[in-house]
Amino acid sequence: MNIVKLTLTKVSDLYLEAENISPDHFAGKTAQQIGELHVHLGNQTEKISDYFSVEGKGGATAADTKIIVSGATDKVKYIGMKMTAGEIEVLGNTDMYTAGWMAGGKIHVKGNVDSFCAIGMTGGEFIVDGNAKNYLGASYRGDWRGMMGGKITVKGNAGSDTATFMNGGTIDIGGNVDVHLATHAEGGKVIVRGNAKGRVGGQMVKGDIFVLGQVERMMPTYIYKGDEEVELDGKKQMFQVWIGDMGERHGKRKGEIIYGKIYVSSEGAAEAPVARTERKKKLTDKQLDQVKTIFKDQEPTVQQIRTYIYDTFDIDMKPMQISRLIDGIKR
Amino acid sequence: MSEYIIKNGKVYDPKTGLKGDVSDVCIKDGKIADKVSSKAKVIDAKGKTVMAGAVEIHAHVAGPKVNEGRNYRPEDKLFTYKPTGKHTRMAGGFSIPTTFKTGYEYARMGYTTVMEAAMPPLYARHVHEEIKDTPIIDEGAFPVFGNNWFVFEYLKNNEMDNVCAYISWLLKTTKGYAIKIVNPGGSEAWGWGENCTTVNDPVPYFDITPAEIVKGLLTANEQLGLPHSIHIHSNNLGNPGNIETTLATLKIAEGVRPNNKFGREQVLHHTHVQFHSYKGDSWGTFESGAKEIADYFNKNKNMTMDLGCVTLDETTTMTADGPFEHHLTSLNHLKWANVDVELETSSGIVPYVYDPNIKVCAIQWAIGLELGLLAKDPMRTFITTDHPNAGPFTRYPRIMKWLMSDKSRQDMLKGFKHSDKVIAATNLASLDRELTMFEIAQMTRAGPAKSLGLYDIFGGLAKGMDADVAIFDIDEDKIKDPEQIEKAFTAADCVFKSGTMVVENGEIISSGNKRTLWVDAKVPENKQVERDVQMKFLKFYSMTLNNYEVSNHYVPNPYVIEVDSN
Amino acid sequence: MSKTVTDVICPFCGTLCDDLVVITDDEGKKILNVENACAIGAEKFLHSSDLSHRVTRPRKLQEDGSFKEITYDEAIEYTAQMLVNAKKPSMYGWSSTNCEAQSVGHEIAEICGALVDNTAAVCHGTTLVAVQNVGIPSCTLGEVKNRADRIVFWGCNPAHAHPRHMSRYSIFPRGYFTGKGHKQRKIIVVDPRPTDTASIADVHLQVEQGYDYELLQAFRAAVRGQEITGDIIAGVPKEKVYEAAEILRSGRFGVIFFGMGVTQSLGKDHNIDAAIMLTKDLNDYTKFSIIAMRGHYNVTGSGQVLGWQFGFPYAVDLTRGFARYNPGETGTIEVLKRKEIDAMFVLGSDPGAHFPMQCVKEISNLPSVAIDPHITPTTEICKVHVPVAFVAIEVGGNCYRMDNVPIEAKKVVEPPEGMMTDTEFLKGVLKRVKELKEN
Repeated sequence: MNIVKLTLTKVSDLYLEAENISPDHFAGKTAQQIGELHVHLGNQTEKISDYFSVEGKGGATAADTKIIVSGATDKVKYIGMKMTAGEIEVLGNTDMYTAGWMAGGKIHVKGNVDSFCAIGMTGGEFIVDGNAKNYLGASYRGDWRGMMGGKITVKGNAGSDTATFMNGGTIDIGGNVDVHLATHAEGGKVIVRGNAKGRVGGQMVKGDIFVLGQVERMMPTYIYKGDEEVELDGKKQMFQVWIGDMGERHGKRKGEIIYGKIYVSSEGAAEAPVARTERKKKLTDKQLDQVKTIFKDQEPTVQQIRTYIYDTFDIDMKPMQISRLIDGIKR
Repeated sequence: MSEYIIKNGKVYDPKTGLKGDVSDVCIKDGKIADKVSSKAKVIDAKGKTVMAGAVEIHAHVAGPKVNEGRNYRPEDKLFTYKPTGKHTRMAGGFSIPTTFKTGYEYARMGYTTVMEAAMPPLYARHVHEEIKDTPIIDEGAFPVFGNNWFVFEYLKNNEMDNVCAYISWLLKTTKGYAIKIVNPGGSEAWGWGENCTTVNDPVPYFDITPAEIVKGLLTANEQLGLPHSIHIHSNNLGNPGNIETTLATLKIAEGVRPNNKFGREQVLHHTHVQFHSYKGDSWGTFESGAKEIADYFNKNKNMTMDLGCVTLDETTTMTADGPFEHHLTSLNHLKWANVDVELETSSGIVPYVYDPNIKVCAIQWAIGLELGLLAKDPMRTFITTDHPNAGPFTRYPRIMKWLMSDKSRQDMLKGFKHSDKVIAATNLASLDRELTMFEIAQMTRAGPAKSLGLYDIFGGLAKGMDADVAIFDIDEDKIKDPEQIEKAFTAADCVFKSGTMVVENGEIISSGNKRTLWVDAKVPENKQVERDVQMKFLKFYSMTLNNYEVSNHYVPNPYVIEVDSN
Repeated sequence: MSKTVTDVICPFCGTLCDDLVVITDDEGKKILNVENACAIGAEKFLHSSDLSHRVTRPRKLQEDGSFKEITYDEAIEYTAQMLVNAKKPSMYGWSSTNCEAQSVGHEIAEICGALVDNTAAVCHGTTLVAVQNVGIPSCTLGEVKNRADRIVFWGCNPAHAHPRHMSRYSIFPRGYFTGKGHKQRKIIVVDPRPTDTASIADVHLQVEQGYDYELLQAFRAAVRGQEITGDIIAGVPKEKVYEAAEILRSGRFGVIFFGMGVTQSLGKDHNIDAAIMLTKDLNDYTKFSIIAMRGHYNVTGSGQVLGWQFGFPYAVDLTRGFARYNPGETGTIEVLKRKEIDAMFVLGSDPGAHFPMQCVKEISNLPSVAIDPHITPTTEICKVHVPVAFVAIEVGGNCYRMDNVPIEAKKVVEPPEGMMTDTEFLKGVLKRVKELKEN
């Protein structure tokens, strides 16, 4: 395998769109030619060599090409987009769309990745040692065909909207997952080794979800069907089996309805409902007094008070809340 | 204005009777001329095909349901977007192109006049805003009348003068071109979740039947003498066995004679006939009824049709046949948008994947082509895909290839997963007719223009007609591979619109100066209808009467066809 | 002496009332009275005429924090230079102006390679995302008036936000098939709070805040007669869920109206997704539609114009020369939070008041222009403020109602002397941008 080493030499002020960083685009090219490939920064077109030093050359084909990317690549988007073969290894973090529409090969990010990674994946392997943000392995907006195949492994946590419209393939999350897991799924397998926040398998038509930790609150449209021994990671484990989503349509095979299934590890069974509180944006009495004092002899605008509260207490109150606050103070 | 002479091309023009004769075409001051001065710019068309600009008789390209389609299908634009060019705005959308793309792609194929197939009157202003933003092509729009409360009441009471006055008023208010009828009665029934699937099903509460609606509007159309005939999408679209309903609808026009001063010879135009030519009683026994339908059209010469060919793509269905779209989503479970419009109509949108490996889709593909091949009169049979319902209009060159090349059809048939079943359920395999270039010109230019009552202006190369001319790099006598047909018609060598060159070497070089066509039918004053309109607006509409009319600045470059219907 | 203008369109909310009567002075310069409008609409008309509060010329932020008056030409120059020199500018707002202005703005954005976004970003953008996932069975407001006998207000409070909605369309009118008006309509309100709208409901379900999605899915199961787990579903007793589902199924024409209560609470687009799917399911039993209670009077129009010109309704990214779309990446709030843009152009909206403070701070750090008739929190933090005529009062233009029906707004009075309209200003910027790009 030919190895191409890209080292970030300059952090961009905005975000870099680097869909050309992929074995498919590097195959058959020298370092010089690779450096000439475009990257985009907003409406500007620049070159890979403007931001990376390039060492080595591409293999004869994508499958023969491995790319190692190092440096502070936190603001680089689209690495590995649409790749069909070969390997990419990123030593740091990446931004959005890493492994977007991936069809084959392997991408390994040692740090964290941002949102929309492995969007529309059809094959290959995507590994993240750190955390992933939202819409991991999801479909593009409007497309009812999400992830079709391939394997995603995130050793850390994943955000919300993971596996939306999933049709096939496997997603394995080592840590926790946020709300809306496998919404609208019609196939595929998701494993969450930590806890799942809520709205697991919402509107799922078909698919299998394993939660080894706890589910914060199971959807009311999933029905508990008893415990069962199911194989996972090569060994049989005991799981609670929940079928659903009872509010959604389901197919039939040989006269039997095929439901989506959520397997919850019997150790981490769903607990009594925990009230979900959105971050409250309220001032303490002491903070309120401070506001009153500062603006005592003035006729401040809503915006002035809003800015003061944000700067001083790091609380972002909505203008409507501020108006009510002012009314309350006036009384 | 500029003068051009297109020299030595093989001209196919039904209007002047040229069938591939090597002939020159002269353009002067935006019109076809019989001669030009020596200053005229010479365009060498040796070995190439020259035709008038094509006329699209039915496509969904502008309006609320088209736009809902665009906005709700971001995936339709993924990876196929064309960037801003030297003379072009950025252009995207595979099955539902943006307005810029619509104008550019039609022009590149040599289409210069396009009719928006269905305009809900309450939303007419939106249709015209989009028409305004569609470059190059002249456009008109058909307001829908078949589910209109005023029409129901007047026809129920046999008040022909009143319905004529209302039609005239609505055409003027919405700047519309013709009487469009979609699923007569059924889309009003859909207001309650019901439908009319035969021509005799009465509309709930209004108690009028589709047959009465069609008959009444047909009579009104002839009384008014409008340039186009009624343009109908009959009941029961898309269901196995629906040829019965189609024939019952067509029968209403049997023997009726046209009345107009526009050279129109038909009294009824049936659109996307492919969707209405099904035999069998279930998807399992689904088979082609194209023969029966084609026979009927061949016998009854006072009707025209457009094909509605399936192109076997992933596309988006959108029609004013609300109940049909709900039915479709219950079959394929894909996202369904619906808008019912007060007092007027309804509409629905559902994406659809015409998979060649699904027997039904392949049979549908065959039916569209059969209708074209069985037609005895290409002047009454037009090429369409009911864009985007059966496929995007950008596939017209592919349809032309299929109609002109038996080999290309046979290759398709052999390649289907259920080839044997498809062949058994259709007639296509045994039809070896190959349409000629002249017949294609009839089906895409002369025929549609004549059916629309525009044959003095568009669709031909006679002196005085608009200089809408297209040159294609293909010679009918030198075709070695049918793919050449599709390639040549996808991007014309050169296209003129109103005497301005808009396409050169397959690329857009100018946005032209498009016009909006609409019909002003003058009728005697009718106080009754005025009062009815005022009353209904006051009591039932959600908009005031004074805000309903499309004001003139939404039609900045109007082309008004005046009709004296007094 | 006075003049009376009838059938005037109100430029406030998505209800887009078009039956206002405005009485002006004889010269057509000052508004004396407004009839038929709600209090907020009337106030907008009358306030616009109060010239003591009008800024009539552009102003530029100085080093010391004060504003100095500049000419329109200077403002055009600043704006054009800013947009042409930026690598990733954002052109945001568009919801309180007419479609003609929106169209010119889009042309500028295409030439400059900018992002174009409207206030759906803080409002019904999530609805648009849901529609892209599952479609939307809907109807025009006149259909509601003429047919509806089941009305659901989910997460919205029309009594306050769309004051004439209930009297013009949803509850009280007597339509063709609804001669008994509100007496033949059953009203269900779903809202954690006891609002004024809830007080007129037949059934008020006080859903547990943040659990609308769960309740909606449970409704779907109940409509299909399926099992649901739990005795209390999202704060609502299970029997009440089945009862309410039966009320909906037993009607002959139902409509669900929804607002910020579900579009911006936890789950956002998923909540709307589930509500739309519930509507779709109900169509297997009776006739049901769903309508979004759009906020600004022409945010719908911005979505329409963006749609037919670029193919996407908001959060459009034109920077690469072709249009791309992905809320969560291309939306204005995200790009401000992530510091992904380098210039901000605002027209016809007030992000300074509605965006998270982190984003507001970022706007004040960037080169920025705000086009707005008023002085607002946004204009106070932008480098240049350009006042323009009020659309639907001082200049006409096309607008789209919450049910996508286009209604043309009228010019009722003259704008203050020498004031430009949005369209005039934008055309000036477009011309200058083309010149700069040529060189």
